[in-house]
Amino acid sequence: METIISIKPLMAVLVSLLVIPALISSSDKPNVRESWIFVAGTINLLLILSMLPVILAGKQIALTLFEFAPGAAIAFRVDGLGMLFAIVAASLYIVTSIYSIGYMRGLNEHGQTRFVSFFALAISATIGAAFSANLLTLYLFYEILSLATYPLVAHHQDEKSRISGRRYLTFILGTSIALVLPAMIYCYHVTGTLEFSTAGIFADQLSKPAATVLLLMFVFGFAKAGIMPFHTWLPAAMVAPTPVSALLHAVAVVKVGVFSIVRVMTGIFGVDLLADFNLGVVVMSIASVTILTASCIALSQDELKRRLAYSTISQLSYIIFGVALLSPQGQLGGVIHIAMHAFGKITLFFCAGAIFVATGKKYISQMSGLGKKMPFTFAAFFVGALGVIGLPPTGGFYSKWNLILGTLEAEQTIFMLVLLVSSFLNAFYFLPIVYKGFFGKSEEENEGTPVKIQEANLCLVIPLIITAIISIVLFFYPTVFVNLIKVGLGI
Amino acid sequence: MDNYPVLIVVAPLLAALFSGLAVWIEERLSYPIALTGLAISVFSAFNVLLQVITSGPIQYRMAGWAPPMGIEYRIDLLNAMVLLLVSSIGFLNLVASYKSVKQEIYDRAPSFYIVYLLFMTGLLGVTATGDLFNLYVLIEITSLTSYAMVALGDRDRGPLASLNYVFIGVIGASFYLLGVGYLYMQTGSLNMADVAHILQSHQESSIVLTAFILCIIGLWIKMAFFPMHVWLPNAYSYSPVAFARVVAPLMTKVMVYVMIRLMITVFGLDYIFKSPFLADAVVWLASIAIIFGAVMALAQKNLKKMLAYIIVCEIGYMVGGAWMGNQLGMTGAILHILNDALMTFAMFLAVGNIVYKLKDVELFNLTGLFGKMPWTMAGFVLAAFSIIGVPPTCGFFSKWYLILGAFEKGAYHFAAALVISSLICAVLFFRVFEICFFPPISEDSGHKKSHSPVVMAEAPVSMLIVSGLVSLSLIVVGLYSGTIVNTIIIPFLK
Repeated sequence: METIISIKPLMAVLVSLLVIPALISSSDKPNVRESWIFVAGTINLLLILSMLPVILAGKQIALTLFEFAPGAAIAFRVDGLGMLFAIVAASLYIVTSIYSIGYMRGLNEHGQTRFVSFFALAISATIGAAFSANLLTLYLFYEILSLATYPLVAHHQDEKSRISGRRYLTFILGTSIALVLPAMIYCYHVTGTLEFSTAGIFADQLSKPAATVLLLMFVFGFAKAGIMPFHTWLPAAMVAPTPVSALLHAVAVVKVGVFSIVRVMTGIFGVDLLADFNLGVVVMSIASVTILTASCIALSQDELKRRLAYSTISQLSYIIFGVALLSPQGQLGGVIHIAMHAFGKITLFFCAGAIFVATGKKYISQMSGLGKKMPFTFAAFFVGALGVIGLPPTGGFYSKWNLILGTLEAEQTIFMLVLLVSSFLNAFYFLPIVYKGFFGKSEEENEGTPVKIQEANLCLVIPLIITAIISIVLFFYPTVFVNLIKVGLGI
Repeated sequence: MDNYPVLIVVAPLLAALFSGLAVWIEERLSYPIALTGLAISVFSAFNVLLQVITSGPIQYRMAGWAPPMGIEYRIDLLNAMVLLLVSSIGFLNLVASYKSVKQEIYDRAPSFYIVYLLFMTGLLGVTATGDLFNLYVLIEITSLTSYAMVALGDRDRGPLASLNYVFIGVIGASFYLLGVGYLYMQTGSLNMADVAHILQSHQESSIVLTAFILCIIGLWIKMAFFPMHVWLPNAYSYSPVAFARVVAPLMTKVMVYVMIRLMITVFGLDYIFKSPFLADAVVWLASIAIIFGAVMALAQKNLKKMLAYIIVCEIGYMVGGAWMGNQLGMTGAILHILNDALMTFAMFLAVGNIVYKLKDVELFNLTGLFGKMPWTMAGFVLAAFSIIGVPPTCGFFSKWYLILGAFEKGAYHFAAALVISSLICAVLFFRVFEICFFPPISEDSGHKKSHSPVVMAEAPVSMLIVSGLVSLSLIVVGLYSGTIVNTIIIPFLK
């Protein structure tokens, strides 16, 4: 495979980092500060997109920064998977920044400069994780991301956010130090390298029990992926302001976790080794448990953001499930769900935030009849929900379709049932919200006051319409993402 | 210049003398003289390091007397690195000390600088010398000056902590001296290279074994290796901040250096690892030290005490790595001398800034500190990440080698101890961050959004610059640890 040496991946990582001093220095001029974010976000996206044609042509872009031992370096390598993830994160960052302005100013939040600075740092780390050439670099950005998001989760600086922040770090930082770190060093001890390669790095140095233990250490250790029982940080993290929940806890942070697991399965172990040891089924079973349990818990949540959080936990496991199928179709369906779920779920979170800013309502039981007041928001919510359930005409359908085909291809019919049951559950916990929103009656209506359209401010509504539209567009044109995955996984 | 090796040690010694004399003329002269002395030291150490890297070890004979009769300074890659480290930290700390000495020991500032210079002379001498008895003398110089310094600190509890330190320090020194005596009995020489040469024909001698054990125990006491650590927490936390900042990162690390020097240069690794039992026992003890230090740190309510116990824990890292009996472990131990010195220094610099503003560092007093002292806290956070071992800070990379070494030996308990201590460090530092990040819980906490604007109250610029510089060096050294390992540590171990 042809490799091009270029500084672009480094620049894409640095651009969000270097803008932080500018953000801090313009902290008393909010408009200047916000324009910096857009400048950096746009440059970031353009840099990433400029690499797209090269990647689609089947080449890779690489850059080694520091090699501290043979086979262990801090290095970037852009391939199809990383590209896919980076495009999703960088484009949604811009949309979220618009939303963030509306949300943070709408609620007159404190510490906005701190908020946007750590947000930028988190994006920088996410792009870094996407472009990592080896496990060490991935681990580095994974840790930076954990630490950068702590001040965002604990943003409100009250008792509730203190407890949530603690839980957040305990699970995310604790598992990465206790499980991933020793597993990673053990891999290096056995093979002398940590470089991702489609064939895997182990020749035949691992026995089946050792491989199983190692794989489980990675799967549970990357707790950002929300595999049960290490998932409880995600609902707790919902105390953060909604832009954080939307971009970081539906897209960037959680998907760095999933992405790491995908990388370890495809780049460290390699599909062949997993198939030989029959480890795909093990991971699939773990993912299935999470998919079903989280969906059931989601049904019982009344707070909208918590319901979305449990839905995210279940959807993340779809991705891992798909990759663990070890069949081309399944892997395609799994990985493309990174993008499809991102656009759907961020729309839902945007809606939840818009509802909160416009009406102050957080609980689903308070939301009947709200669709008449906020028709755009609820329409977008409907589209987002369709995307997550996996119904046409949204991108989510494409990933579900491929996942189900994947189960047939891998002859795992029982696991197909998991997908079907979960889709039903998804429909059960999302569609009633939309139905009641449009057709239910609010208290005011019962009292006989006429209903007027009262949407949230434009900064909140435009982003959620954009992401909803992209969700639909992806149903018709998933080609770019599909090609990226095919190039990335060599299928 | 051929005299650089001795200049490193003599410059601070002369500076101590001159700044003592200068006090009669003008008290304010003592500070610039001290600064100059250490600057010369840093400069010479830098040149020596370059020279050693390009053209191999340097042997310097004091006054031209040939060893084994005369005292020889022998500088190879290992102590060239440690010399540069020690002198730079000594110099940078002096830059940061001007304000804090003025505030803390206002009435005895010149005596502080003189004792400080003598302390640095001792440490640099210990690192440079190639003579076993000279080493003892210089260890005593460092110890005696530290006793004085500790007593200068907290006016109530300082003297008692110092007395405790004197008793244990003297015992440690006696052990070492006794060991050197036994060695002399067997070999009739005190020059390290000479002793090493003679020892090759005395491998089975029980006198040599006794000498070895006595020396190592003496050094363990001096470096506060568990369970011989009891003097350290009080001595370090009650000494003046300007001194704590330098003794915490350097004293124990230089003693680890001496241990490694004895192991590699004098007794030889083959001799030490001949019976696997001894090495295994030491690695187990190191694992216990790590866990013990971390747990004790968790139990502290005072920031300085907490950091003191972290030093006890980190000593376990280095002793364990050195006794691992493979190259990876030794690489980790040596790299950790550098990294731990830097991160402890960065940590104590931040603490020094906080003490300068707040006077005491009980944990509950630190609320809202991120708003008040953002730069100091940025340095604190970086140092903490390095101690936890978050990449790309340097702490991660030495931990990497140590764990790899443990895997190679099959000492999984040591790897587990490292991981557990990282976890505990994460807990205890995030506990501090949490206190500093959240504002004090006020009476009217019912109003959620009533955050009063925080007024910035930072430490003086001189202290901030040093602390910022050292904290950034944690990342730089981390990123270049590959270069350090390849140009200094691996050639040294070959």
